[in-house]
Amino acid sequence: MTHTVLIADDEPNIVVSLEYLMKREGYAVHVARDGDAALAAIREIRPDLVLLDVMMPGKSGFEVCQAVRADDALAAVKILMLTAKGRDTDEAKGRALGADDYMTKPFSTRELAERVRRLLAGSA
Amino acid sequence: MFSTAMLAGLALAYLLLLFAIAYAADRRAEAGRSVIGHAGVYALAMGVYCTAWTYFGSVGRAASSGLWFLPIYLGPSLAMVLAPVVLRKMVRVARTQRITSIADFIASRHGKSRLLAALVTVIAIVGIVPYVALQLKAVAAGIAVLAADESGAHGSVWWRDSTLLIALLLAGFTMAFGTRHLDSSERHEGLVAAIAFESLVKLLAFVAVGVFVTWWVFDGPADLFGQAAQRADLQRLFALDAGSSAGGRGGASWFTLTLLAMLSLWCLPRQFQIMVVENVDERHVSTAAWAFPLYLLAINLFVLPIALAGMLKLGDGGAGAEAYVLTLPMAFDAPWLAAAAFIGGLSAATGMVIVETIAVSTMVCNDLVLPLLLRSRHLQLRDWSRWTLWIRRAAIVSVMLLGYAYFRIAGEAYALVSIGLISFAAVAQFAPALLGGLFWRGGTRAGALAGLAIGFALWAYTLMLPSIVRSGWLAPDLLLHGPWAIAWLRPEQLFGLTGLDNLTHAMFWSLGANLAAYVGVALVAPPAAREASQALLFVDAMQGMGAPVFWRGQASVQGLQQLAARFLGAARTQRLFADHAGEHADPRLVQRVETELAAAIGSASARTMVASVTQEESLSTDDVMRIVEEASNLRAANEQLQSLDRLKDDFVSSVSHELRTPLTAIRALAELMVDDAAMDAAQRQHFLALIVAETQRLSRLVNQVLDLAKLESGHAQWRNEAVDLAALIDQAVQTTGELLRERGAMVKLDVQQPLPRPHADADRLMQVLVNLLSNAAKFVPADHGEVMVRARAVPGRVRLEVQDNGPGIPPAQREQVFERFRQADGGGKQPAGTGLGLPISRRIVEHLGGTLSLADTPGQGACFVVELPVDNDAR
Repeated sequence: MTHTVLIADDEPNIVVSLEYLMKREGYAVHVARDGDAALAAIREIRPDLVLLDVMMPGKSGFEVCQAVRADDALAAVKILMLTAKGRDTDEAKGRALGADDYMTKPFSTRELAERVRRLLAGSA
Repeated sequence: MFSTAMLAGLALAYLLLLFAIAYAADRRAEAGRSVIGHAGVYALAMGVYCTAWTYFGSVGRAASSGLWFLPIYLGPSLAMVLAPVVLRKMVRVARTQRITSIADFIASRHGKSRLLAALVTVIAIVGIVPYVALQLKAVAAGIAVLAADESGAHGSVWWRDSTLLIALLLAGFTMAFGTRHLDSSERHEGLVAAIAFESLVKLLAFVAVGVFVTWWVFDGPADLFGQAAQRADLQRLFALDAGSSAGGRGGASWFTLTLLAMLSLWCLPRQFQIMVVENVDERHVSTAAWAFPLYLLAINLFVLPIALAGMLKLGDGGAGAEAYVLTLPMAFDAPWLAAAAFIGGLSAATGMVIVETIAVSTMVCNDLVLPLLLRSRHLQLRDWSRWTLWIRRAAIVSVMLLGYAYFRIAGEAYALVSIGLISFAAVAQFAPALLGGLFWRGGTRAGALAGLAIGFALWAYTLMLPSIVRSGWLAPDLLLHGPWAIAWLRPEQLFGLTGLDNLTHAMFWSLGANLAAYVGVALVAPPAAREASQALLFVDAMQGMGAPVFWRGQASVQGLQQLAARFLGAARTQRLFADHAGEHADPRLVQRVETELAAAIGSASARTMVASVTQEESLSTDDVMRIVEEASNLRAANEQLQSLDRLKDDFVSSVSHELRTPLTAIRALAELMVDDAAMDAAQRQHFLALIVAETQRLSRLVNQVLDLAKLESGHAQWRNEAVDLAALIDQAVQTTGELLRERGAMVKLDVQQPLPRPHADADRLMQVLVNLLSNAAKFVPADHGEVMVRARAVPGRVRLEVQDNGPGIPPAQREQVFERFRQADGGGKQPAGTGLGLPISRRIVEHLGGTLSLADTPGQGACFVVELPVDNDAR
């Protein structure tokens, strides 16, 4: 079964790279460019995993994560947060809000692919 | 019926339970799981206010004069209404100044005066020791009432006297849990826990008797009050103006009693100990403000029912009424309830004795004994800390034995029986100096000394002396005719004042003269420097002053260290000096040492000791004022620095975020190409183009960050000259022409000719114009974009506008766009900017003496306005 991945990021060129990477890994890919669009997309397409940027216009990644975790219907959605703010407190906050994994930008594409694989293997 | 031995055994068992509770609480505190961290425990411990005098005496008072037992509890409840203002401030001051007793509090406030501390201590001893005796008497009387088979407890030989045994046990308890550490401002957790427990026990016991009497002996309150109402002699008890002693002057007496009780809540050494010294959290005060009055209400609920029941069933409204709590259960066949009531009374007595003893012993040690010992030249000790503890322990035993001796000597004498209110009146003399010092900056040492001395003397003359006469120890002539038969010196009608009850009369003279002297003397001789500085630390305690240091002079670190070691012990001294190397101590360290010493030996002694090892410069009141001002300036500067520091942190974090974003794209795209050798050429080309664009963005960002840093630090180069604005605008439009064409935007120019020439750096101004134009290009709609550039002269200035027909910027964001890394939420996809263009532009314009802002243009896109100053003759 093909897994569905939602990319939520407002940086077009990062989206380009993530989109290519996820497609190469064989996933069905959707893109959202801000927090509100991301939340709407998550509710609509119920992706298996969201690559969620923290700093987005509209709702921040933290807010989206919180909203998703508050919704029982979305319990199966895995969340991998990406942030360019490399502070430990941010990671702790992300995990406290229910993110499954957390990576700092710039990231290694191989490691990201590996972590996504691991998360999806757990959910399948 | 019980035997004396049984009751003594019961009492001992109860005291052992107290030991166990205190021990367990201390152990828990050491393990970091404090039991007294709870506001409820704090409020319960305040119940130490209710002594045996309350427990037995209230019923007696109600039986003789009805509702007259109430003011003693209304007063503290009123005082608690003021708790957020008064008590909280006392707690705050005591914590910051490391104050450990009420004597220290008053002395420290008025210039750290040893004499004042000693005077307060003496008054406390005179006022309190008889009160301790009264508690012991209550215990003895309780045993006597219940053990009716033997001929009274205190007729036997002293070593068989269970009251002495109890007193000694209490001294042991107080020593064990009250003098564990030298630093008396460290909390005595076990002690407080035990006191809170005692409060609970006496409340439960008293309420149990009340319930038993009301619903077991009688058929509920209606029955009880109904029967009482049929007795003519009981009816008067319901009326407010009842009470034989008050007669027709009920109003004044009621007021006096309430005021006295209110003041005593703040002034009693035991209340100060529990409410101020043992407070662990300032916020507990707000809980206690309602919980403690509730406690008082609960413990008073059954006073009248028990009194009425006793009079109905047992008769005798006289001295026997005080024992109703014990005799009623006995008479109605409930001996175990009587035993419980006895334990309740015991808890009321012991709680008071324990806390009062520890409070008084701290004062005796720090304010009487230590000053004398320290002055002695023969006694030069290397380690005072152990000594101090032993002095304190000796003081505890002395106070306890003094109380016991007074009880044995005074016995049934009036001087002991009536001591409750007399004791209140003695400590109420602290009120002017205590409360005045807390809220009035003008108070002085001389004023406090004069007030206390006069107030105490008048108290002794108008209240204590008459009680001694009534005990039969002096000839009654003194009261009837006055000393040497001088009528206007009669103690109870002083200066011919009649028409008041004894207490009101005494309070009028003693407290009135005390207050007048406190204020009057201070007004005649205003505060000296040390009094003024202490006044500021006390009166302005809630304003969070940045702890100004009122000390100047020369001090060696070594000298201070040796001093501290003598009183605080080696370990604490080491901690205190941990980050102070070097030879000379700065004033802040000197002050810290003095405060730490104050916690151990009192502020007045600490002051003298510090002065003895340093060369101090004396300060004038002007110096004090200057120091305060400097401290508040310093605080303001500090706050500014901190906010700058936060700004810098934010900036660094934002820059790193902005740098990471292009780096992320570059790294990811490059890695994808590395990993995928078979990627098709077009895809590879696309990725490479993106990498190039991101690299450009990165270098633009680095340049702008550096540029901004240069502008902010003032290191930017400026080549100012008269600038031809029209030419500059043309040039800027040309530079951005490519970008504007790409976005399909039209540029319209509306430039007034001729324009005044501002004095400015042309390159920098160009930078601003290009930034505004490229900003506009980013936000115009894709198909019919339009950018308008206007320039015209206004009086004294030249005004330049760049307006687009994009979505505009909501009013709430108009200032934000000028903040670093804050980009407006334009609708839809926006080209990446660095978020630094506008902040840089604004800095440039402001450097040139002009302004850059957003005009109010509802529904017409964003309009940036630059205004630059021009000299009128520079056309």
